[in-house]
Amino acid sequence: MKRVPITGGKMVLTPDEQAIETKHLGFTISPHEECGVEEAVRIVESQGGEVVVLTLGPPEAEEQLRECMALGADRAIHLVSGEEWDAQATASALVDAIRGEEPFDLIVLGNESADAGNYQVGIRVAYALGLPVVTGLKGLTVADGRARCEQEVATGRDVYDVALPAVITVKEGLNLPRYPSVPAKLRANRKPVDARPVERPAPKLEKLRLVVPEGSRKQAEILGEGAAAAPRVVEVMQQLGVA
Amino acid sequence: MSALVFLEGADELSLQALTLGESLGDVRAVRFDGPYAPAAWAKAIVDAAGDADIIGPGSDRGNEVLAHVAAQLDLPFAANVTEVRGNDVTRIRWGGTLQEEARIHSERKLLTAAPFAFAPSSSPLQAEVLSPSLDGSVTVVDQVAPDSGGKVSLADAKVVVSGGRGVGSSEGFAILEELAELLDGAVGCSRVVTSAGWRPHADQVGQTGTKVSPDLYIACGISGATQHIAGCKGAKKLLAINADREATIFAHADYAVVGDLHEILPAITAELRKARAV
Ligand SMILES: Cc1cc2nc3c(=O)[nH]c(=O)nc-3n(C[C@@H](O)[C@H](O)[C@H](O)COP(=O)(O)OP(=O)(O)OC[C@H]3O[C@@H](n4cnc5c(N)ncnc54)[C@H](O)[C@@H]3O)c2cc1C
Ligand SMILES: Cc1cc2nc3c(=O)[nH]c(=O)nc-3n(C[C@H](O)[C@H](O)[C@H](O)COP(=O)(O)OP(=O)(O)OC[C@H]3O[C@@H](n4cnc5c(N)ncnc54)[C@H](O)[C@@H]3O)c2cc1C
Repeated sequence: MKRVPITGGKMVLTPDEQAIETKHLGFTISPHEECGVEEAVRIVESQGGEVVVLTLGPPEAEEQLRECMALGADRAIHLVSGEEWDAQATASALVDAIRGEEPFDLIVLGNESADAGNYQVGIRVAYALGLPVVTGLKGLTVADGRARCEQEVATGRDVYDVALPAVITVKEGLNLPRYPSVPAKLRANRKPVDARPVERPAPKLEKLRLVVPEGSRKQAEILGEGAAAAPRVVEVMQQLGVA
Repeated sequence: MSALVFLEGADELSLQALTLGESLGDVRAVRFDGPYAPAAWAKAIVDAAGDADIIGPGSDRGNEVLAHVAAQLDLPFAANVTEVRGNDVTRIRWGGTLQEEARIHSERKLLTAAPFAFAPSSSPLQAEVLSPSLDGSVTVVDQVAPDSGGKVSLADAKVVVSGGRGVGSSEGFAILEELAELLDGAVGCSRVVTSAGWRPHADQVGQTGTKVSPDLYIACGISGATQHIAGCKGAKKLLAINADREATIFAHADYAVVGDLHEILPAITAELRKARAV
């Protein structure tokens, strides 16, 4: 699970162009991963077991670990580093932590993180652990030591069937995450977080700077105010050939 | 210098990847028949590539196969690249609302071409078909047809009537449904709406939802967050209906109507019916 900023209407960069200016922003769990945590919690609620959440992130990421535990995860491992890691280094740090948790049945990641969107951490984790991997799941059934995985494609859904333990990456829409109750949030504050400092290796894909693409800021034609605008709207629809 | 380009087919994105490959050196294009098996396909690509750069389309499958290639070779992989200058690349982040300039510390480049960043290649397509060994590898075992209930799909609709928090409730979408049906279009929504359970996630437009490219996108009671715009910037024209004349959505709109969507949408529907009755 990764902590990401809630950016709202506009992307503003820090003066050194290394990051999004987050002084005035809130943070959240990357959306695909929120569904991943929810799914893991549902599996454990119906079949027993334990859900452990793992993040590599700054000290403040504890906030998102607590949110995950309010969703129902039992405990957390926090690899603490204030720097941004590239995908290869992220995967190997996660793998080191996962090895300490063997045996496990399922490793769940997001398909791509909201901010960096490298589409690869889950696949790299799977190779390092020597496990099968299926990505981009919108449907999952776990039973009898196997996972039936549904991946959304243009023509519907492709189905994969893999033996556990396995690595899966999921997409938002897999489920509708619950709103944690107040007691669940209070319980989450008492659940254990195992914080471990980690050192970032030299990046192989090195970020030089971020750029906000030239805005396609448009000057909208105002068709009117309130219901009185309806005739103009219909005229425009007719011009566009969609009415 | 040479590059091996993985093509999903003769589709637009694959031909764009081919252009990126051609800009790097001698190109060899490969593709696959048979069931999708990302790990096995990646292995076949690695074996065929020698020490060439490996390029793919910035599609779900392109990114997935390249990530497998990267994991097998333990090399860095830059996804969704828009430009290459030596070992430096520009790539898109945050679903396209932000770009990143990055340096690849590796002799070999593994890249996918960001959608629509390159013109499709016009060279005659002669892709070699690789035959991967599927032995025990993860592969597609079944397919489920989409359950669209006979309606126009969001991704293909010519008109999308999309609602946000301003719609106010699940029942509030009735007036959007009515207009969409009249226009033979589909209903979309923002993430606030799906998180509230007013609409299913399949209706969500945006970075973590569906990307749409209709002739007309009607955004009703949607503020215009970057993650929402990431899903509808492909629309030819955008009409925004919002009560707040300062709303960000107006900066992305071609047409604006200021006011309460609960009055405006029924008025548009009535006007359309009237126009058609003539
Ligand atoms: C010096 C430096 C250079 C960098 N250069 C680049 C660069 O060139 N290009 C670039 O895109 N990024 C770069 N980064 C950002 C990079 O750190 C990403 O955060 C990291 O690569 C993970 O990739 P991702 O989040 O895109 O992973 P994805 O593969 O998109 O993420 C998939 C899933 O992996 C899991 N995951 C990812 N990160 C974490 C985490 N920290 N903790 C727990 N789970 C996680 C999540 O479940 C996520 O959904 C750089 C960072 C540093 C420090
Ligand atoms: C990583 C990440 C990924 C995300 N992915 C997506 C995504 O895929 N899709 C997505 O949509 N969002 C996504 N979001 C959420 C996004 O940031 C915004 O929170 C969301 O799009 C806002 O939804 P909204 O416009 O409906 O609500 P708001 O921002 O609350 O806007 C409501 C608007 O309705 C107007 N309004 C209110 N009442 C009326 C009325 N009666 N008539 C007319 N107008 C009215 C208001 O003026 C306001 O502009 C993502 C966020 C993150 C952090």
